[in-house]
Amino acid sequence: MLAYLIRRAMQAAVAVLVMAVLVFLGVYAVGDPVDILISPEADLAEIEEARRRLGLDRPLIEQFGIFLANALRGDLGRSFVHNEPALRLILERLPATLELAVAAMAIAILLGIPLGMLAGLRHDRPSGKAIMAGSILGFSLPNFWQGLMLIMLFAVILGWLPAGGRGETVPLFGVEVSFLTLNGLQHLLLPAVNLAIFKTALVIRLTRAGTREVMLQDYVKFARAKGLSERRVVLVHMLKNILIPVVTVLGLEFGSVVAFAVVTETVFAWPGMGKLLIDSILNLDRPVVVAYLMLIVLVFILVNFLVDVLYTLLDPRVRLAERHG
Amino acid sequence: MSGLSVEARAESPLRRLVAEFVDSPSAVAGAVVLVLILAAALFAPWITPQNPYDLAQLDILDGNLPPGSAGLSGLTYWLGTDDQGRDMLSAILYGLRISLAVGAGSTLIALVVGSALGLAAAYYGGRFEGLVMRIVDLQLSFPAILVALILLAILGRGVDKVLIALVTVQWAYYARTVRGAALVEGAKEYVEAARCLALPDRRILFRHLLPNCLPPVIVVATVQVANAIALEATLSFLGVGVPITEPSLGLLIANGYEYLLSGQYWISFFPGVALVVTIVAINLVGDRLRDVLNPRLQR
Repeated sequence: MLAYLIRRAMQAAVAVLVMAVLVFLGVYAVGDPVDILISPEADLAEIEEARRRLGLDRPLIEQFGIFLANALRGDLGRSFVHNEPALRLILERLPATLELAVAAMAIAILLGIPLGMLAGLRHDRPSGKAIMAGSILGFSLPNFWQGLMLIMLFAVILGWLPAGGRGETVPLFGVEVSFLTLNGLQHLLLPAVNLAIFKTALVIRLTRAGTREVMLQDYVKFARAKGLSERRVVLVHMLKNILIPVVTVLGLEFGSVVAFAVVTETVFAWPGMGKLLIDSILNLDRPVVVAYLMLIVLVFILVNFLVDVLYTLLDPRVRLAERHG
Repeated sequence: MSGLSVEARAESPLRRLVAEFVDSPSAVAGAVVLVLILAAALFAPWITPQNPYDLAQLDILDGNLPPGSAGLSGLTYWLGTDDQGRDMLSAILYGLRISLAVGAGSTLIALVVGSALGLAAAYYGGRFEGLVMRIVDLQLSFPAILVALILLAILGRGVDKVLIALVTVQWAYYARTVRGAALVEGAKEYVEAARCLALPDRRILFRHLLPNCLPPVIVVATVQVANAIALEATLSFLGVGVPITEPSLGLLIANGYEYLLSGQYWISFFPGVALVVTIVAINLVGDRLRDVLNPRLQR
C-alpha cells in the first residue's frame, strides 16, 4: 500500500516536471525571450544587460534550474503589463472564477438530476426523448456560441439581464463575492448558466443511465410491492443509489469546469483567471501565461493523484490488482 | 462477425450498412445537409457573389448593412455585411472552407498517427506500450481545450499551428481506441494463424489487424470531426486560433461580437448558424454510423 502511494506520488511528480520542461521550453526556448521581455527601443548595450540580468547568457539547462528553483519558491515571474508578481495577479482573480464554477456546478446538479431522472423514468415517451435531444445539443454545440445566444436573447432582445461584467460585490470572509447582492446575482446568472450547460447535459446522461439501471432492481420492486408511494420509491430509494456515481464524476469534473471557464469568462467579460489568461496571451504577457499554466497543471495532477489515492483507500480491488500486476 | 449466416455473407457488407443507415430519417437528413454544406464550401469561389479576401471588391461605405439591403454596387447582401463592408454570405462560405478543412484535416492526421501508435503499442507491448499509454492517460486527464490553449500560447496564431494543436489533442483518442480493439482482435485465431504462417509483422499489422480495428475508429472519427470544428471555432473566437486574414466561422463570430450587443446581430448570428448546422449534421450522421457499425447492436 505504502509502496503504491509512493510510486503514484513519484509519477505525479514526474508529470509535473515534464509539464514544467514543456512550458519552459515553449516559452523560453522557442524564439528569443528578449524580443518580448524588453522594449523594442532598447539599444544593443541595454539588450546585453537584460540578457545578463535575466540569465539568458547561461546554458539552457542552468536557466531551467533557475526557473525551477524560483517556481518552487512560488516565484513565477512578474507580469509586464501589470508589473505585479504573476502568481499574485492570478490568485487575485481566483475567487471570481471559483464563484462562477461553483454556481455552474450547482445549476448542473439542481437541473440535471431531476431532468435525468425524468428522462430515465419516461425513456420511451416524448418528454424523455426531448430531454435527451436537448442534452445532445448541450453536448455538441460550441459553448461560446451558446453563451452568445444567451446574451442575444436575455440581454439584447429582452433586456432582462446584463450582458457582461461582474456587478456589485461584497466581501465575505475577506473575499469579494457577487452572489450576495441582487446586482451581482443578475450578472452571475447568465455566465453561470452558460458554463453549466455542458455539465448539465453530462449529469442528465449519467442520471438517466443510473435511473434505468436502478429501476429494474429487486429492492425497487420490493419497495413498490410493500405499497410505498411512487414518490417515496423514486425520491428516497432510487435517488440515493443514483447519486453515488453522479457525485463521483462531478467531483472529477470540477477541474474541467475551471478550465472551461476560460471561454465563458471571455464571452461575458467576467474578471476571472480565465479571462486573464486570454488577455495575457493576446498581450504577449508571457510570465502570466506560464504562471497560469503551471498552476492549473499542478492543480489537475494533484486532483488526479488525490482521487487515485482515495480510490485505493475505498476500493480494495485497486490495491489487489496493483499487487498482482 | 463469426455469427453471420451464409446468406448474410453473400450480401455485400457495404450494401447492408447503407440499407441500415437509410432506415433512420434524421441520419439521412443530416447526410443531405452535410453534402450540401460540403458542396457549398467546395464551390465557394464560384457561387459567392464576392471574394471576401479581395479588398478591392469591398466597399467600406457598405459596412454594417442589415440583411437584404442593396449595396452601392447594386449587389444585394442577403445576409448583411460586416464592418468592412464584406458580404456575410460570401464570408461564411469561405469561412466554412477553413473550418471544415482544419476540422477534417486535423482529424485525419490524428487518426493516422494515433492509430499507428495504438496498433504498435498493442502488438509490441512491453515498455513501448507502457510509454504510449502513459502519455495517453496523462493527456486525457486534461480537458482538450486546456491542452490546445497551452500549445497555442506557446506556438502563436496560424492555421498550421491550430492544426498541430488539434492533432495533439485528438491522437490520444485513436491510440486508446485502436489499442483496445487490437488487443481484442489480436487474441483471436486468425491472427494466431497468420503468425503460424510466419507472415511478416508488417503484413499481420496492416492487412489482418488494422482492417478489423477500423469500425470503432470510424465512429470515433466522425464524432471527432464535429468536436474538432467546434474546438477550432472556440480557439479562433478566443483570438488564439486562425489569423485574421483567413477567418474561419469562429473568427467571424468573434468579429461580430461587439456589434451583437448593439443589436446588429447578423454579423455574429449567421456564421454561428452555419457552424451549428454543420456540427449537428455531422453528429446525426455519426450517431447513426455508431449504431450501424456497432456489432453488439446487430441482430
